[in-house]
Amino acid sequence: MSEPILRIEGLDAHYGDFQAIYGIDMSVAEGEVLAIIGANGAGKTTAMRSIAGLMQNGADQIRYRGEAIGALRADQVAERGIALVPEGRQLFPSLSVEENLIIGGQVGRDGPWSLKTVFELFPILEERRNQASTSLSGGQQQMVAIGRALMANPDLILFDEISLGLAPVIIKDIYQALPGIVRGGMSAVIVEQDITKALSVSSRVYCLQEGRVSLEGASAAVSRKDIARAYFGVE
Amino acid sequence: MIMEWANAIVQGTLLGGLYALFAAGLSLIFGVMRLVNIAHGDLIVLAAYLGLTTAIVLGVHPLAALLIVVPAMAAIGYALQRGVLNQTLGDDILPPLLVTFGLSVIIQNALLEVYSADPQKMDAGALETASISVGGLALGVLPLLTFAVAVAIIATLQWTFYRTALGRAFRAVSDNQDIAQLMGLNRRHVFGLAMALSLAVTAVAGILLGVRTSFDPSIGGGRLIFGFEAVIIGGLGNLWGTLAGGVILGVAQTVGAKINPGWQILAGHIAFLLILAVRPNGLFPRISG
Repeated sequence: MSEPILRIEGLDAHYGDFQAIYGIDMSVAEGEVLAIIGANGAGKTTAMRSIAGLMQNGADQIRYRGEAIGALRADQVAERGIALVPEGRQLFPSLSVEENLIIGGQVGRDGPWSLKTVFELFPILEERRNQASTSLSGGQQQMVAIGRALMANPDLILFDEISLGLAPVIIKDIYQALPGIVRGGMSAVIVEQDITKALSVSSRVYCLQEGRVSLEGASAAVSRKDIARAYFGVE
Repeated sequence: MIMEWANAIVQGTLLGGLYALFAAGLSLIFGVMRLVNIAHGDLIVLAAYLGLTTAIVLGVHPLAALLIVVPAMAAIGYALQRGVLNQTLGDDILPPLLVTFGLSVIIQNALLEVYSADPQKMDAGALETASISVGGLALGVLPLLTFAVAVAIIATLQWTFYRTALGRAFRAVSDNQDIAQLMGLNRRHVFGLAMALSLAVTAVAGILLGVRTSFDPSIGGGRLIFGFEAVIIGGLGNLWGTLAGGVILGVAQTVGAKINPGWQILAGHIAFLLILAVRPNGLFPRISG
């Protein structure tokens, strides 16, 4: 196996005195779609925030293409080609739909994604381009959040609970767009509560439980029983 | 008789332009980073002194001194934000208040040390007394110029905010600092740029103030109050509202002075309190999402 695009070794993360993640190890291969599952409070979002630079960690705990990025700020991580679609969408309410997308391209990396290609992926956004981002439905807001991350032309994209709070039919639409997103060789990490969904789109899966990795394996090979044990910590 | 009142209102409107310039920088900073800059008035006075020094040392007209004072104040603003104020920003709004209050004391005393307490004034030559006659009213060229500059600056700020990448960055950072950081925007740098822009506007305000009236190191507090009142009357976060606020304040002051010369400042404060009582969010608050 070639050198992974992202390697996490012994990652610890704290919120003040509270430790949310205890020495997790994880790696993402080039072009791979990785899923992270786990119950609420297992540390999934904390792991995403750590990778994206929103939480400061030991520099060596996160390596991206061999470079220690654990202690970098989020804007520095973004410049290196990692984009996060944050939990809860978190669009900029003062910006229009189009401005939200444009600001995603602020890092100025070259690649296939532009306003034009994002509008091809989500045509509804082109119709709504001049509207306030808060006037969109939840599913459309999620499309903006995904488009905004793509505009940075990342090499690694992190999806944090993109189905949270959306109707099943909308979730289906959004996941249908996923193969088109990663087809260009982009690597992706998907955090998801819906285990079936997570396993169906990913090649490998990690399960977190109370801040530790409780299961790791190929998505097609892990059994329901293993997952149940890793997820809840009971036999 | 009617002409005298009309004159008071027109002069007040033009004075409002200066107050809007005091307020614009204050409004911008609060809008972008929720920082209430207590030292804003003293920074206006600092700009006036820098203008005075530049005009005397280089022997140029005070308005030509803008070419040096505007970039100088912008540089001071960026350095101040990166060096000091960024460290005070967080969930608590008290540290920036205290630090800018301390900064206000420091600036006042430094100006006192360097320039003494003697009132100073910039010499703008014929511009100071030039006037044009409009419908029986004599309008000073300097107040007209001040008002025109205020309108132009507010229009430029508005355009910057809503039509440029810098304005987009300001709005994004104001909305959500973490997420803006994910977009590759370093908020510390963006805040530095916002303060630089604010103090560039302050430089213009300071020089127009120093050409209009005499100034000494102690008058910063009063300018801060006028700026605050203009911002609050107009409604937070609305730049055109700030201009309207400045005009209302200016008109209240000149009309108050017309009734009784001792009432000028008081009338402005009363107008402010009345509007605050009736419309606590100001006249044109920006509806926030």
